[in-house]
Amino acid sequence: MEQKNNTLLIYTLLYFAFLYIPVLFLPIFSFNDANYMSFPLSGFTTEHYEEMWAKTNLHKALWASIKVGVVASVVSTTIALFAAKAFARYKFRGQNISYGAIMIPFLIPEIILAVAILVIWLSLGFKLGLVPVTLGHILFCTPFAMLILIARIEGFDFSLEEASRDLGENAWGTFYRVSLPLYLPGIIASLLLSFIISFDEFVLAFFLTGSDATLPMYMWAQMRFIQKLPHVLALGAVIIVFTTFIVLLAFWLRNLGQGKEKAEFGIKIHE
Amino acid sequence: MLQVWKSFYARSDPAKAYSLLSPALILVTLAMLIPLGLMLSFSFFTQVSFTEIDYSFTVQRYIDFFQKNLLVSLLIKSVKISFIVTFVTLLTAYPVCYYIAFYVKKNKMLWLVLLTLPFWTSYLLRVFSWKIILGTKGVINSSLINAGLLSEPLTFLMYSETAVIITLTHAWAAFALLPLYVSLDKIDFSLIEAARDLGLSRLETFWKITLPLSLPGIIGAILIIFIPTVGDYVTPALLGGTDGRMLSNMIQAYFGKVNNLPLGAASATIMLITVAIVTMIVSYTTKKLTQRIS
Repeated sequence: MEQKNNTLLIYTLLYFAFLYIPVLFLPIFSFNDANYMSFPLSGFTTEHYEEMWAKTNLHKALWASIKVGVVASVVSTTIALFAAKAFARYKFRGQNISYGAIMIPFLIPEIILAVAILVIWLSLGFKLGLVPVTLGHILFCTPFAMLILIARIEGFDFSLEEASRDLGENAWGTFYRVSLPLYLPGIIASLLLSFIISFDEFVLAFFLTGSDATLPMYMWAQMRFIQKLPHVLALGAVIIVFTTFIVLLAFWLRNLGQGKEKAEFGIKIHE
Repeated sequence: MLQVWKSFYARSDPAKAYSLLSPALILVTLAMLIPLGLMLSFSFFTQVSFTEIDYSFTVQRYIDFFQKNLLVSLLIKSVKISFIVTFVTLLTAYPVCYYIAFYVKKNKMLWLVLLTLPFWTSYLLRVFSWKIILGTKGVINSSLINAGLLSEPLTFLMYSETAVIITLTHAWAAFALLPLYVSLDKIDFSLIEAARDLGLSRLETFWKITLPLSLPGIIGAILIIFIPTVGDYVTPALLGGTDGRMLSNMIQAYFGKVNNLPLGAASATIMLITVAIVTMIVSYTTKKLTQRIS
């Protein structure tokens, strides 16, 4: 370990400021009593929050986002759990290609995924709406979920499962009584983080929603009108607080019962 | 027969692995590979009228793409902006990761969670916050005017390439921070101490030991920042104006109001090929570099 280095410490703190300050402007201006977002602040008000709550379209968009997010996170976490187990447990031919194929949606520009799903959806004669958005989100969340779950399952003592099978439990019993409790923190973390990814996702929704707006689509539509901005600020502030809470909860859960060594990010990147 | 299959299955790891993988592979095939294939075939069709598409094979859309100066210049600009963003993000994030890996002794985990936390808040909202900061009536301009330092707002801040680069650097920071930290943290500190004991200066140690050993993280960061930013849509659409427009904004237009699906599909395919070429160049260079080091 190095000794002290104040220059680097100051630089690091400045970098933190660069990361955080822009995001903090949303909550600050959401309580400001003015239509423009400029300094000095004119006065404290909560009316933007009241105005936000009165919008019925917002309620609809919120409900749409929750539906899409719940389905996308449950399905992608389920699919990712099986895949993560395959990678953590077995060595097999075609391992790297399979891994690469599942990771692609996370790596290629999102707009290409969106366009590809749009083309096939329209060619099949289906209507745009929340269904193709959910499909896109499942595709997009699965690699994230898999990274989180692999980090959790890696180093898992699989002889525990074998012991359970030898003692006469069937496959489901073994999963339910042995594997699930051990994977559970990872599974919940994956569900929460996938939900957040889907809840905040914009590009796929932008191409595929048609007329059923999700929450990010709703915000996008409002951002064009300067007089509607204050209530978008209030909504943005609420979303930021909500997201932060869920993500911290997920991080905490993911590291539950993990040794210090493993308690990194749960995200394993290109080794 | 069933017994034979069961005993084969019980002994075969690949069979078990692939049955576990099948849902994910089916998903990727149905929701990505087949749609991408269809998108590719659309790039060989022709849009005859607003609703009608001629399905006979032609490479005319690709010729169209390279004959339209606008599209070619947007492709070049997208690649250029992505390169700048990747370079700036790496350069600014590296010292932070270095500090956390080698100087922070307690609660490293907390530092990292705090570094990646802003990344989880909505991308749209983060881009939007930069609009608040850089706008003509935004934070920077209004503060400078109120302080009497400016009489007119700085217009170059907003709706420009610079605005896009600043915003993307902020938005993709976590993608540089994670791989860089992981590779720096893996370095055995005794190697660095040994180099110093043998008389190398701090700078020499960094060039000869630390930097080469952190190369995997640097390469990982380059790829996971460059690839998605080439196709970024939100930032140029909200902050780019005409100066900061990128290729994805035109792709969106072809699938939207311009309604030329084949040309849109061809543009998306060209973007995908560009990304693939850059990925191959970066991976190839890494291979050569690591061979030379070891």
